[in-house]
Amino acid sequence: MPPSTDDRTIRVARLSKSFGAVRAVDDLSFEVGPGRVTGFLGPNGAGKTTTLRMLLGLVRPTSGTATIGGRTYTELDRPGRTVGAALEAASFHPGRTALDHLRVYAPQVGVPDSRASDVLRLVGLEAVADRRVGGFSLGMRQRLGLATTLLGDPPVLLLDEPANGLDPEGIRWLRVLLRTLAAEGRTVLVSSHVLSEVEQTVDDVVIIARGRLVHASSLGDLAGLARPRVRVVSPDGAGLAALVARAGWARAGSDEPGVAELVDVTTATVGAAAFAAGVELHELTGRDAGLEGLFLELVADRSATAGPDLTPEPGAGTTDGTAA
Amino acid sequence: MRAALVTEYRKLVTTRLWWILLLAMVAYMAFLAALLAWGVSEGGGMSSTGQGGGDDLVLTPEAVTRSVYTIAVTFGYVFPLVVGALTYPAELRHQTLTPTFLAEPRRTVVLVAKLVSGAGLGLVFGVAGTAAAAGAGATVLSLLGHPTFLDAASTWRTLALSAVALALWAFVGVALGTVLTNQVAVVVVVLAFTQFVEPVLRFTLSLTSWGTGVASYLPGAAGEAVSGGSFYSESGLGELLPWWQGLLVLLGYGALFAVVGRFTRVRQDVT
Repeated sequence: MPPSTDDRTIRVARLSKSFGAVRAVDDLSFEVGPGRVTGFLGPNGAGKTTTLRMLLGLVRPTSGTATIGGRTYTELDRPGRTVGAALEAASFHPGRTALDHLRVYAPQVGVPDSRASDVLRLVGLEAVADRRVGGFSLGMRQRLGLATTLLGDPPVLLLDEPANGLDPEGIRWLRVLLRTLAAEGRTVLVSSHVLSEVEQTVDDVVIIARGRLVHASSLGDLAGLARPRVRVVSPDGAGLAALVARAGWARAGSDEPGVAELVDVTTATVGAAAFAAGVELHELTGRDAGLEGLFLELVADRSATAGPDLTPEPGAGTTDGTAA
Repeated sequence: MRAALVTEYRKLVTTRLWWILLLAMVAYMAFLAALLAWGVSEGGGMSSTGQGGGDDLVLTPEAVTRSVYTIAVTFGYVFPLVVGALTYPAELRHQTLTPTFLAEPRRTVVLVAKLVSGAGLGLVFGVAGTAAAAGAGATVLSLLGHPTFLDAASTWRTLALSAVALALWAFVGVALGTVLTNQVAVVVVVLAFTQFVEPVLRFTLSLTSWGTGVASYLPGAAGEAVSGGSFYSESGLGELLPWWQGLLVLLGYGALFAVVGRFTRVRQDVT
């Protein structure tokens, strides 16, 4: 992590927001540094958009702080030159053309009108510059949202579900663009509700569920958490159960007789033990749950499932107690 | 603030609503003025018992200009009012408040820019609407052989104040839109109040001894006062404030709505 004094560092500290009785964001802390693409992940309703909106001064936090380079969004001078944001509800007046949409905001962002044409070219919309946004597809709106974001050439980018509505080619294009922007030293925060969508794009992940942080680390460290799984099928149900109990292997998932889903063991270990115990095996399959499986485990409602206990990484945040 | 003004101005003119309403206003005002010009000249003559009718019709320049040329202030103010009133609700409706507050997070600056640019566009409506009314009215008057009084300085003063009054109406509209933020609701309220509630109130109040003074503080009456007269007042339906008091009253309504809006709807979370 870069030093927190950097102008491009996003810091969320003990942030909470309640809408009536609903606690949308609950004591959330994390940091996002420059030069990397950070995935802001969580299922729908986890509080991602609310967190981004608090970072952007659109929603008032109930408590805690959300700052960019140590300042809140409203404290920034010409915020459009520092932070570019595209929120999921990509908002355009349907009667306005793409170019006019950008020209509307150009004066406040503090760039000349010619910049509007430049960013349209950058996102590949120059051919439809004079068409009304009302007739745009979701993918085109996403690109226009991104163009709006880039208008002020900002060092910090916040993108809410930017891959929504993009075709595979568009997703590949987006990936290259985001990598390029991060390589230029910018802070890039990209939210998504599916890890696989951004898996090939992000360096770091911040994962939240039910408004709380469940994990923050580099993507590599997250992958390290993935636990190997082994599926074992035997015609000798009692023998298999005894074997599993004796070896002390952790079970996961269904427990129909003669079938065992085991975690944290290898096929070699299970095979050798079964051979030694004389238990006949009909299937012995090693499985990699993959990042997506791990992600789903992390965000699963732990009160509903008896899944493996993955405690939140203490690595990210809750260090400064400026809240409440 | 300059950037905010340019942004708000561009928002207004890059959609189609404003010129559709402007064309409607110009056509409607020209039609009403022509009709009224014929009515107050020929109609007045026909009601007399004498032959030819022209010589018993006494029209002072003020009477002509006030009743015909200011028709836009009397009946047309609903156009700049609606254009103004829709600016904030339209941002909510199309979720463009998000980019708006991202570009300028100081909401008071956004609000003031909207009020000022709205008044600016209102002035365009005022000039166009007044020109349409005066142009059509004067054409009909001259065709019928009546003086148009367009060479009198007082006429031009009235015309200018009429345009100013209409600009103020757009200002009041923008402010109202920050309190009533639903597009349909604000249009319904504007139409109901201007076309029905206020006329009925003014008529009813004019029947009482104490009501006339109260009626002159209603927004419509205040607007007419700015231009110095109206069809209503010339018809003997109530009295009007001095022009500058009318201006202050209208400004006051706008300021009141804007302050209420700033501390209620404009303050809310944008989700």
